[in-house]
Amino acid sequence: MKKVYINSIASISSQRTYDNSMFLDEITDYNASVIFAQDPDYKQYIPPAAARRMAKGIKMGVVASKIAMDEAGIETVDAIITGTGMGCMIDSEKFVSAIIDNNEQYLTPTSFIQSTHNTVAGQIALGIACKAYNFTYVHSSISFESALLDAKMQLENDEAQHILVGGVEELGEHTTKVHCLINHVKPESVTISEVLNSKTEGAVFSEGANFFVVSNEKKESCYAELVAVETFNTLKKEKVSRTIENFLEENNLKATDIDVVVFGNNGDVDFDGYYNQLSEGIFSKAQQVYYKHLVGENNTVSAFGLWLASKILKTQTIPEIVKINEIKSSEVKTVLCYNQYRGQNHSLVLLKKC
Amino acid sequence: MNNDNTNKGVAITGMGIISSIGNNVAENYEALINEKKGITRVENVETIQRDEIMVGEVKYTNDELIAQLNLPPSNNYSRTAMLGAIAAKEAIADAGISDIKKYKTGIISGTSVGGMDMTEKYYYEYLTEKESQKYIESHHAGDSTQKIAEQLGIEESMVTTISTACSSAANAIMLGARLIKSGKLDRVVVGGADCLSKFTINGFKTLMILSDTFNTPFDENRKGLNLGEAAAFLVLESDKVVKAENKKVLAYVKGYGNANDAFHQTASSENGDGATLAMEKALKVANLKPSEIDYINAHGTATGNNDLSEGRAILRVFGEEMPEFSSTKAYTGHTLAAAGAIEAVYSVLALRHNVIFPNLNFKTPMKEFSMIPQTELKQKELKTILSNSLGFGGNCSAVIFSKEA
Repeated sequence: MKKVYINSIASISSQRTYDNSMFLDEITDYNASVIFAQDPDYKQYIPPAAARRMAKGIKMGVVASKIAMDEAGIETVDAIITGTGMGCMIDSEKFVSAIIDNNEQYLTPTSFIQSTHNTVAGQIALGIACKAYNFTYVHSSISFESALLDAKMQLENDEAQHILVGGVEELGEHTTKVHCLINHVKPESVTISEVLNSKTEGAVFSEGANFFVVSNEKKESCYAELVAVETFNTLKKEKVSRTIENFLEENNLKATDIDVVVFGNNGDVDFDGYYNQLSEGIFSKAQQVYYKHLVGENNTVSAFGLWLASKILKTQTIPEIVKINEIKSSEVKTVLCYNQYRGQNHSLVLLKKC
Repeated sequence: MNNDNTNKGVAITGMGIISSIGNNVAENYEALINEKKGITRVENVETIQRDEIMVGEVKYTNDELIAQLNLPPSNNYSRTAMLGAIAAKEAIADAGISDIKKYKTGIISGTSVGGMDMTEKYYYEYLTEKESQKYIESHHAGDSTQKIAEQLGIEESMVTTISTACSSAANAIMLGARLIKSGKLDRVVVGGADCLSKFTINGFKTLMILSDTFNTPFDENRKGLNLGEAAAFLVLESDKVVKAENKKVLAYVKGYGNANDAFHQTASSENGDGATLAMEKALKVANLKPSEIDYINAHGTATGNNDLSEGRAILRVFGEEMPEFSSTKAYTGHTLAAAGAIEAVYSVLALRHNVIFPNLNFKTPMKEFSMIPQTELKQKELKTILSNSLGFGGNCSAVIFSKEA
C-alpha cells in the first residue's frame, strides 16, 4: 500500500484564509449567530460572466479547488471528490419557493439544474475538462471525511496519483431561519471569544470551502501524511474515548503519542461534552486546539479542521487563537482531528508530519 | 488496484426492492417477465402537472408506509427514508442476516431528493407551525441513510450517502465493492432511494424532458422520461463472511467504472465520452473484453439526449460485438438516484433466471444508428451483465455483474 500525502490546501472561510502565505495572522471578530465566508477575488479565477451564474457555494468550491491545484503545481487530477452535507442551498431554496409561490408555474430550469448536490464537483470537472472519477458525498458532518476516505483508498491502491478532495457548504436564508426555530442556531449573538463558554444550545452557522490535493507521491509543497480516516454513524458519549484508543491502536499509537488534537467544539452546551471529556481525559497531556469559534459550524467545516492540522504540521506553529490549553512540545509530529455534529456522524482523521 | 483480487468479484448475498412494479423482489420479477408496466398518473403528490405527466409511483401512501414500518406517530421519516428502509430490510432478510453486529457492517446509499418531499410540503409552515418542524432535520440527504441504518441496527460504523444525481446508487455499489475489496468492511448494504416530489417533477418539466405518455427508450419518436420513485439495496459480503456463514451467493459485482463527461451541467455529450470511459473502466476492472458481456441493461431514460449519447457510447465500446440491450425504464420510470440499484436488482434477476427483460414500448429505430433493443422477453444463458447509470453533472457509471466470481 502506498502512503498518502496532503500536498496542498485551500480554504475559503469566515476568516481570511484563502491566502496560503498567511496562517490566521489577522483575525476577524464577529458578534453574530450566523457568519458568512469572506470572498476572495473570484474574478481572478472565474470569468465574470460564468461567475454571475454561480451561487456562492459553486464559486467557493471552484476557486478553492483552483487554489489547491495551483499550490500543488498540477493542471489536472485523477479524481474529483467533494463532500457537502446540505448541498446547493441557495438554488434549492430558489426553486422550492418558486414552485410554492407561483403554484408550479412560470418556472425556469437554472436553479433546478444548479440545485443538484454534485453541481460543484461537476463544475470543477467542466472548468478543467477533467473526465476522471467524480463523486459527491452528502452525509451531514462526515460528508468531507467520506470523500477523504474514498480518495485515500484509491491512492493507497495506486488507482490514482493525485486527487482533488474538498468540502463545501453555502448558507441559504430560509434554511438558516428554520434551523434557528429548532435551536440548532445559537439564540444570541456571540463574539469569537465567547463561543466556547456561551452555555447555550446551538452553534454559530457558517459556510465555506476547503479543498486539498492528496497524492501518493510527496511533493515539495507537502503538508502532512494522511495516515487514517474513520467515520461512525453513531457513538455514545461514554464510548468515544475507548473508540479513539482502538483507532489509535490500529495505527500503532497511544493517546499520549498525539502531539496536537483538533477538536470540533462549537459551543453547543448539549454536545461539547463529547470533546470536554477528552480534554480532561485521554488527551489531557496533548496540545488541544479548536477552530469553530473562528469559522462557525457547517456540515463540512471539519475540512477546516484538517486545514488547521495541515498548517500546524507544515509550519510547526500553533496560533494562540486556536489553543485550548498550553502544552509545550518541541516538535509536532502526530495530529488527530475529532469531530461530530449533534452527537452523530463522528470522524477521526490522523495525520503525521511529512 | 494492485493486489491479486483485482479481478475477483464481490459477492452479492441479498437484495430488496420497492418500485412501481412491485413491493419486493418477487413482485418485481413477476412484473418484469409479464411485461407489466408501473406507469400511471400521479396520486400521492399534489401537483398541477398531474394530467400532463405519467409517473412510476409506489402506490402506498405515507401513512401506509409508516404503518408497515411500525414507526411511532412522532417519527420524522421522509418518504425516501421509508422506501429505503423497506427495501433495505428485505435485502437483509434475503441475505439471511439475523445478527447485523456479527460482522463489521456499513451502509452506502444514493439519493438525490432526500427529504425534499417534506421540505416542499412544510416550507413556509415551518415558520409558524411547531408540529411540522420535526421534518426540518430530515431535509438533508444523509438523513434518509442515517434512518435506514437505524432500522437495520447498524451502529458505530461507516454509514454514508452519495449524491451524483442519476448515477448515485451505481456509485454506492461501486464504493461498497471497493470497501469490501480493501478490507475496510466485511459486509455492506449498498443501493439507493428516491421518492417523487414536486421539486423533481417541476424541475424535469422545466427542462422539457418529461413525456406526457408512456416513455419509449431508444425509440426514434421518444418524447422524454417518466419520473419514478423506488428504493433498492444489495448486500455485499467479503469472501471471509461468505465462507464462514456458508452463504448462497446470488451474483458478483465484477467490475465498475465512473467517469465524467465534462461537457455540460445537464446534457450528455453527443458522442457519450463519459459513458464510454465508464464502460471501458468497468471492463478493465472486471478484466473482461466487450465480447464477454452477454447483456447490457442500458440507462435508456427515453430522453432525446440520453438515448442518443448512450447509444453512441455503447456502439463505441461494443461495435460489432453488441450483445442484447434493453432499458427497463419503460416499466419503472426513471427513479433518479435509485435507478442504479433498481437495475442492479434486475441484472441479478436476469443472471439468476437467464432471461433478458424487454425494452417495452419500442416501435421505430432511431435514425442516427441501427441499434435495436431487445423488445421481447428472451431466454439466454447469461454470465455477465453491464448496467449503465448516467446523471447530471456529467456523471457516468457502469457496473458489471457476473454469475461467477
